[in-house]
Amino acid sequence: MGQVKSLADLRKIKEDLQVKMSLREKSNNPESLVQVKVAMATCGIASGAKQVMDFFIDEFDKRNIQAVVTQTGCMGYCFAEPTVEVTLPGQEPVVFGYVDAKKADDIIEKYVKNGELVEGIIPVNYQTIEKK
Amino acid sequence: MMKDFAMHIMDIAQNSVSAGASEITVEIFESERTDLFALTIRDNGKGIPADMIDKVTDPYVTSRTTRKVGLGLPLLKQHANSTGGSLMLDSAEGKGTEVRATFGLSHLDRQPLGDIAGTIVLLAAANPQIRFVYKHSTDTGSYIFDTVEVNQMLEDMSIAEAPVIRFLREMIEENLKEIKISG
Repeated sequence: MGQVKSLADLRKIKEDLQVKMSLREKSNNPESLVQVKVAMATCGIASGAKQVMDFFIDEFDKRNIQAVVTQTGCMGYCFAEPTVEVTLPGQEPVVFGYVDAKKADDIIEKYVKNGELVEGIIPVNYQTIEKK
Repeated sequence: MMKDFAMHIMDIAQNSVSAGASEITVEIFESERTDLFALTIRDNGKGIPADMIDKVTDPYVTSRTTRKVGLGLPLLKQHANSTGGSLMLDSAEGKGTEVRATFGLSHLDRQPLGDIAGTIVLLAAANPQIRFVYKHSTDTGSYIFDTVEVNQMLEDMSIAEAPVIRFLREMIEENLKEIKISG
């Protein structure tokens, strides 16, 4: 059996990444990146939000799209979990519901790449039970 | 119903994130000898007010305003109780909260562990300002993962970069296998 990985092995990953990053355009401003927030409260987690978040992180990397993927709490759309909020640079956030790996793939290919809307958008005027 | 412990951890740790914690520790202790599985999640967040502490395992009590039910702790409690274990809460306002749940390790209703490595790394990547410590002990040995050490190694590189996330997940998985964690 091979050697178990340790933090010392992280150095290699870091060095490879530094090379890759220096080739990227210098755009450290988060406003210029695609932002994805995955709702990760009890409702989201129980519906598979983690797999969706894993998918976005891996696929943005594979498809070479610079994006920030983070977590958010319950947005009140428990019925439509997993939900994700996608903000393209300079645009209003859009919330998609019932997201699984297939829908996430559609969101990346159609919405993130081309700005085309895909099914399952939760209208912004939708009110949660106690909007305060 | 949560399908595995990884989901519980993701869920309860979000409470700590919402409570403004800067340090969150997830600790798992399991022993075949004593047939015990214990999950502890500790934070230094704002704590739970004394008049709330007895009520938080009631599904109709939640501090949020977007909906009227909070199921995170009740689900964990139900899971623990169904395996002959229990849920204990210790909290001091302004100091932090400790959630400790015990389970019968070999009990049929104990859910599997699930992707704990991936969950810890996702939490760390999504909340880079928070220090996450994960300790796992078995009869064979123990393993500690600490994001402070990760960040020292990474220097100015973000823990949220996909290759870093992938590496850390594999590293934790391999180390957990070494100490023979249960399924």
